[in-house]
Amino acid sequence: MTVSRTTSYAGIAVVVAVLPLLLDPYWTDVFVSIGLYSVLALSLNIILGQAGLFHMGHAAFYAVGAYVTAIANTMWGVPVLWAMPFAGLAAALFAMVVARPIIHLRGDYLLIVTIGIVEIVRIALINNVFGLTGGANGIFGISRPMLFGFKIAKPVHFYYLVWAYVACSILLFRRLENSRFGRALNYIKEDDTAAEGSGVNTASYKLWAFVLGAFWAGMTGTIYAAKMTIISPESFSFWESVVLFAIVILGGGSNRGVLLGAFLLIGLPEFFREFASARMLAFGLAMVVMMIFRPQGMLPPMPRFYKLPERIRCITGKGGDAAAQAGGGA
Amino acid sequence: MSLLALRNLTKTFGGLVAVNNVTFDVAEGAIVGLIGPNGAGKTTVFNLITGNYKPDSGDIFFDGRTIKGLPTHRIVQQGIARTFQTIRLFQNMSVIENALAGCHCRMQSGMLSAMLRTPAQRAEEQRALLRATRELEFVGLADEHANLAKNLSYGNQRLLEIARALATDPRFIILDEPAGGMNDQETAALIDTIRAIRDRGITVLLIEHDMSLVMKVCEKLVVLEYGALLAEGVPAAIKDDPRVIEAYLGADTDD
Repeated sequence: MTVSRTTSYAGIAVVVAVLPLLLDPYWTDVFVSIGLYSVLALSLNIILGQAGLFHMGHAAFYAVGAYVTAIANTMWGVPVLWAMPFAGLAAALFAMVVARPIIHLRGDYLLIVTIGIVEIVRIALINNVFGLTGGANGIFGISRPMLFGFKIAKPVHFYYLVWAYVACSILLFRRLENSRFGRALNYIKEDDTAAEGSGVNTASYKLWAFVLGAFWAGMTGTIYAAKMTIISPESFSFWESVVLFAIVILGGGSNRGVLLGAFLLIGLPEFFREFASARMLAFGLAMVVMMIFRPQGMLPPMPRFYKLPERIRCITGKGGDAAAQAGGGA
Repeated sequence: MSLLALRNLTKTFGGLVAVNNVTFDVAEGAIVGLIGPNGAGKTTVFNLITGNYKPDSGDIFFDGRTIKGLPTHRIVQQGIARTFQTIRLFQNMSVIENALAGCHCRMQSGMLSAMLRTPAQRAEEQRALLRATRELEFVGLADEHANLAKNLSYGNQRLLEIARALATDPRFIILDEPAGGMNDQETAALIDTIRAIRDRGITVLLIEHDMSLVMKVCEKLVVLEYGALLAEGVPAAIKDDPRVIEAYLGADTDD
């Protein structure tokens, strides 16, 4: 809402739009990855950043979406982009089922259970669950997405598809944050008991945060499956969940913070490929330094701005004095 | 007629009987004080009414219907609002957002209407904002609307809790030590605020240790000791009740 936020989004949009003109296919592909991780982290941000629920199993929802897309496409010939809403719904349904019994857990307890979820999903996929997932080899031969008769195949095509998706997600999530729903999640993050005591159905909102986050991660899984054309359980390991978690925490919980976090955690290591294993050392060190000197993250959310309605001084405490005393004396 | 009725309410924590067979009524439009020595079970009674604890036995009626076993947010929706003894504001959110929290249960907009920003959703936001602003004006905090709750003075934080509770559009408000941490001047203003709340047609039940406030503002007192009802009646009678004096000052049997 503020000038600085609008300008920074406009700046990011311009840079994103012209960037592929300057990049070779390899780097374009890196930026496609950054975009995918951005959307995933944006959807995790609803759960982790907005509602403050420590969820480290986001890759599970992503996997459900990707596998639903792959199965629908390779087995029943459903066009990839048509599968997107179903992938989202499947992931949302999965989230509803697994999150319902654990939603009341707090902090670290929830964290451990969500780690369990992502491992269960990965192992189930390796074991060729329902005979549909192709075991450890995964599923290959997923077709390229078609958009209005145009085949999306090259990195630069995916680049614009993914970043348009990022832009839509940010727009919708920003609206959501500035609403009753977004505030309710923040109340829960700040003080669960006080939120419930103020009339917020905390259990329901926590569950909806999970369901929405999973829906978006599932849809992102569709684009991932279409881009890779081959998916396997190892793409959805616990490590992916950790990276997403780190992007949100490092970014600080705002949407711009998530974009910055995704760039730093996914893009930056590509610049330092030659240092190979040493880059993980630098990554770890950066996280430690960050947590000591800026524990709130790089770009924590800015306070929301409210334009108050015309101030009417009819029931103020002061004005009510005379009436109050008359009432009290009666 | 009584708006709130507690019937033989009992709550135990392990071996400790925190609330023991308590029965009392709060008449509609009254200001009632719940007093008693520390550890008498006053806050536990509040937590039972608001659904934070489930009673072991007994029943709670609000406006003739039982509210026992309902989740807290449903009880708030029925028209019972509360403040907390230890201030529980949303510390890192602005004053107006804290007040808006109370409006939440009177709003309907969900996820989709927020994403699509429908006219109904925007109108509802405006209505909520107006209501929250009015409540801030009521307690005298409208000028602080953009500040973070944690930056308010202790007394103002208590007032903000009251504004948040009032924003739920309650028929009945429960104040847990509203004058705790306030200076004399703030306490005097609080007495006016409590009366102004009642004059809006909202019934008030409060716990307070400041006896001068309780004697001035309450029309009826309920005294608890060791979780059980010790006495109830008008303040003047309670003040002279030998059982109450004994509970507060100790029995005169040692010498």
